[in-house]
Amino acid sequence: MSQSPSSTQAIIQCSDVHKWYGSYHALRGISMDIQAGEVVVIFGPSGSGKSTFIRTLNRLEEHQRGQIIVDGIELTHDVRNIERIRQEIGIVFQQFNLFPHLTVIQNITIAPIWVRKWPRRSAEEAAMSLLERVGIPEQAQKFPGQLSGGQQQRVAIARALAMQPKIMLFDEPTSALDPEMIKEVLDVMIELAKSGMTMVVVTHEMGFARGVANRMFFFDEGQVVESGTPKEIFETPREERTKLFLSQILTH
Amino acid sequence: MAGELVTRQQALPPPGENASLIGWARKNLFSSWFNTLQTLLALGLLALLLRPALVWLFEQAEWRVIQDNFRLLMTGQYPIDQLWRVWLCLHLLAAILGLTWGVWVRGWWYIGGAILLILAVLAALARDPAVRLHLLILVGSALFGVGLGWVGGRRLLGRTLTGAWVLYFPLVLLIIRGISGGEGEFRLVPSNFWGGLLLTFLLTVVGIVVSFPLGILLALGRRSQLPAIRWVSTAYIELIRGVPLITILFMASTMVPLFLPSGVTIDRVLRAMVGITLFSAAYLAENVRGGLQAIPHGQYEAAQALGLSGFHTMTLIILPQALRIVIPVLVGQFISLFKDTSLVTTIGLLDLLGIGRSILANPQYISYQHEVLVFITFIYWSFSFLMSLLSQRLETALGVGQR
Repeated sequence: MSQSPSSTQAIIQCSDVHKWYGSYHALRGISMDIQAGEVVVIFGPSGSGKSTFIRTLNRLEEHQRGQIIVDGIELTHDVRNIERIRQEIGIVFQQFNLFPHLTVIQNITIAPIWVRKWPRRSAEEAAMSLLERVGIPEQAQKFPGQLSGGQQQRVAIARALAMQPKIMLFDEPTSALDPEMIKEVLDVMIELAKSGMTMVVVTHEMGFARGVANRMFFFDEGQVVESGTPKEIFETPREERTKLFLSQILTH
Repeated sequence: MAGELVTRQQALPPPGENASLIGWARKNLFSSWFNTLQTLLALGLLALLLRPALVWLFEQAEWRVIQDNFRLLMTGQYPIDQLWRVWLCLHLLAAILGLTWGVWVRGWWYIGGAILLILAVLAALARDPAVRLHLLILVGSALFGVGLGWVGGRRLLGRTLTGAWVLYFPLVLLIIRGISGGEGEFRLVPSNFWGGLLLTFLLTVVGIVVSFPLGILLALGRRSQLPAIRWVSTAYIELIRGVPLITILFMASTMVPLFLPSGVTIDRVLRAMVGITLFSAAYLAENVRGGLQAIPHGQYEAAQALGLSGFHTMTLIILPQALRIVIPVLVGQFISLFKDTSLVTTIGLLDLLGIGRSILANPQYISYQHEVLVFITFIYWSFSFLMSLLSQRLETALGVGQR
């Protein structure tokens, strides 16, 4: 447990996290501490384990060795702990995963109403102010299938925020979007980062990383190859693999 | 800035098509001399084949047999002085349907109006004053329901309406059966007096209403992570699916009594209902499972990530989507269930088909086979077709926002 004495206790503490799919060793000893309010960007080639790692943080994937402590609670098989932690962590998926049979406002209010037991009216008021925050209050009564990809992803962000999470996870939030829609989603994420939300973002949007990330982690073959501030990563990368990958994604 | 180099093309309407009937016929039936010849030949052949059927239907057939036995075909041996109970069930149904129309549907006024008009015309034509009265009450309660629903609206009556539907089916059974030990107006009418279309409906409705939740539970059970539940569900489904319905009905009628202590008897109709329900549940489970498998894994993940419990994930997110996908299959299954109830004739119950056969066994009507069978066929067909239409409406209504 590397914990620098100057910092307060990290909100996410991972040490030596391992994960296998069958015999395939997907995560090979990840250790990472994330402070409250930090924005962390994880990047790396496909198959490097970055999505798998972010999904172990709310136990959509189970880790088989090592320790993950989120907000003081260790992730174990205890179902009650898992449900508690999931209420504190919002996640935004690459494929949005909105509920197609519910309207936008129902998508956002369903968890506050059924999990947090809020009255419907206050849940809807909160949802409307979230929709205004992500810039699409006029779409409240539509179904997800009637929205563009960028709008759907912004609804997904609002849905995650509706549970008032302490941490937001983003699993390649712009990878399934048409180019002209990427900016509208990134703008929402930048605003969120500036508001002080703790964020863990898997992305290849290097502009976003350079702009708002506090730290970056380069993943390859299930390991953290290199980490540092955006300045360090972009200007003085130490590892050959990092340099090669950056040159591949930055020069096309 | 520089002006646009390419002039903007205005959006144009699609090339027109001749939508009139004559235009359609000219394009599809008479576009060349060969097509014209084929059309004429086909028309001739059709007339040749249909003519005898139409002549029989309107000239030769003697529909008196249906008229004479209409009450038997509809309600079997149900006591005549208690028929008002059957009417009462219909009045309630009309009121609830009207209410549903007023609260939820609020459209297709032509269809609703046509149904009411037909009922009113029948009332005007009815010779029996009691029947006329009941038909008029039917129209009245439907209109009352529509009005109430229209005024009340979703917010006020939405829940009441769901409750009314849930309560309706047990209530119908109670009204038809009466109270054991009850006297006079509400006396017990044992199930061996139930018959005709009434019995067919009761078997169908109980089969659908009970097997639906049972089938969903079995489908979930088969996908459960607990091995015991999974094995029991799978074993049940595979066992029932491996046996014909008629065998199950025979077993229910002949073998169940062997396991009961002497003196205890279970009503024959109830046994048939249990058999049909258990049979239907197994098939329903497989259909629902098909729907469950079509739901992408991301839906489970999104629900869980929001902290929804397993129960809420299932009931709020997964099942509503899965069931919508399988509506066509489920309606298909319910239509076959409706027709399969006719198998209860083999265990001696007098449903629509059974009563038809017993009428034909009467020497007086022995030569009217065709009329009776055609009439029964028509009844089965019209209700099956109605279910099919309703399912299409349901699909469009629920498809909102789905691409």
